[in-house]
Amino acid sequence: MDSLDDYIIEIEGMTFSRGERAIFDNISLRIPQGKVTAIMGPSGTGKTTLLKLIGGQIRPDSGCIRVEGLDIPKLNRGELFEIRSRMGMLFQSGALFSDLSVFENVAFPLRVHTQLPEDMIRDLVFMKLQSVGLRGAVELMPSELSGGMARRVALARAIALDPDILMYDEPFTGQDPIAMGVLVKLIKTLNKTLGHTSIVVSHDIQETLSIADYIYLVADGHVVAQGTTQELLAETSPKVKQFMQGLPDGPVPFHFDAPDYLQDMLGGEQ
Amino acid sequence: MIDQLQALGFTGLNKLAALGRSFIMLFHSLCYFPNPRVGFPLLIKQLHFVGVLSLIIIVVSGLFIGMVLSLQGYTILVDYGSEQAVGQMVALSLVRELSPVVAGLLFAGRAGSALTAEIGLMKATEQLSSMEMIGVDPLRRIVAPRFWAGFISLPLLSMIFSVVGIWGGLLVGVDWLGIYEGSFWANMQAAVDFRIDVLNGIIKAIVFGYVVTWIAVFQGYDCIPTSEGISQATTKTVVYSSLSILGVDFLLTALMFGDL
Ligand SMILES: Nc1ncnc2c1ncn2[C@@H]1O[C@H](COP(=O)(O)OP(=O)(O)OP(=O)(O)O)[C@@H](O)[C@H]1O
Ligand SMILES: [Mg+2]
Repeated sequence: MDSLDDYIIEIEGMTFSRGERAIFDNISLRIPQGKVTAIMGPSGTGKTTLLKLIGGQIRPDSGCIRVEGLDIPKLNRGELFEIRSRMGMLFQSGALFSDLSVFENVAFPLRVHTQLPEDMIRDLVFMKLQSVGLRGAVELMPSELSGGMARRVALARAIALDPDILMYDEPFTGQDPIAMGVLVKLIKTLNKTLGHTSIVVSHDIQETLSIADYIYLVADGHVVAQGTTQELLAETSPKVKQFMQGLPDGPVPFHFDAPDYLQDMLGGEQ
Repeated sequence: MIDQLQALGFTGLNKLAALGRSFIMLFHSLCYFPNPRVGFPLLIKQLHFVGVLSLIIIVVSGLFIGMVLSLQGYTILVDYGSEQAVGQMVALSLVRELSPVVAGLLFAGRAGSALTAEIGLMKATEQLSSMEMIGVDPLRRIVAPRFWAGFISLPLLSMIFSVVGIWGGLLVGVDWLGIYEGSFWANMQAAVDFRIDVLNGIIKAIVFGYVVTWIAVFQGYDCIPTSEGISQATTKTVVYSSLSILGVDFLLTALMFGDL
């Protein structure tokens, strides 16, 4: 897997900051083609931001992000929209179009990017909804769905066009154990049968480890560890161990950057 | 002192940057005139939302304003024995000034604020982002149809306002106060010039339509995606568009009627 063609996304020396705070500091990572790559890391390290950078919704301060060989930050509007039609993204919040029904939401990408006849669109939408277990909800409006259902509809919408690259931002959050199992299987099947490249951002370590071919552990703007599941589990550095085993105490801070707790509490009384 | 200067400069730069963004957005949206296949249904939907649903408030206000104008005009003109001129007065003030301005203000409150809130909420719930990621430009799909709907609606609404207003004037002046109907209409016909009065009024309405929709759509598209951000943006839409309508109206009036 060493030749360049095997990597569909390459990020090199990318730096991005929000205000004063550097979210990514000269980070480099590569996503192999046709595999499931997981990106894990503490909450607030910028995993969602990373996906948005790959999708070209925000521009990095420096460095390059290449998707299928194209440098995303240098593309113009038209080229950007063209390459995005080959990506699917599941948003952390679902982000369904609230004025369209479930059916129309899933049909939306099909309608705008293909000229398929109506009955074929209908079949495709029903297939996608069936695969996330929500064919029965086809008539509902997004406001009538529960959080977990909305995300599954959003997932169906993201995979509607069978894009080359699928980015899942926390697909498992808010799902019951059954749905979770189905989703894990779905992501795996999509990847194996259709050869999509999948990027999964998740905190659910067990589920993620079970599907990921390669894992990046991101913290403090850097990649702190990477490798296959076995390699990461075998990793002995305390940071990695702490995260993989979910221990509250250790070198990875649980708290967002803040002044000393005791000082803050005492300071409030003065 | 230095801090204040710095803050002033910062605010100034921010305002200029926002102005620049709003021009870029205007440019991109105007480029996308709705195409027949996808755009027209969206445009029709927005015309309904922005235009048709504003009809009631426009008709009712037009009626009352016409009635009030007629009543006020009568009480003054009757002292000089020239109450037949009420028709002319009502028609001229409506067509030249009141229709575009009042319809514009009502439109800003009724449709402009709704546009801002709707687009702002779409932004806050990441619907615009997810549309971008599906590969559809929100400027084309969301913003452009609303823009064009606004441009098209306000001139029409303003004309309806005039017509209903004149009818209101007729009701009060002729049916209630007993002005001779023939002279009511004859004076109006003699005084109102199509090019100078009617056309200029329509031009005003077109300009106000641009201004209000542009402000409304931009405020929504550029708002801070939180509940306070949206409420601020909605307020700004109503305040900015009302002030701009009044300011632009003065400018246009000076240009159109200044040398009369
Ligand atoms: N619009 C924004 N403006 C300013 N800062 C932001 C904005 N969005 C995110 N951030 C900051 O960027 C950092 C990374 O955010 P991001 O949403 O990418 O985190 P994440 O890794 O996805 O976290 P989580 O696992 O909780 O979803 C956060 O610390 C947040 O404070
Ligand atoms: Mg996130």
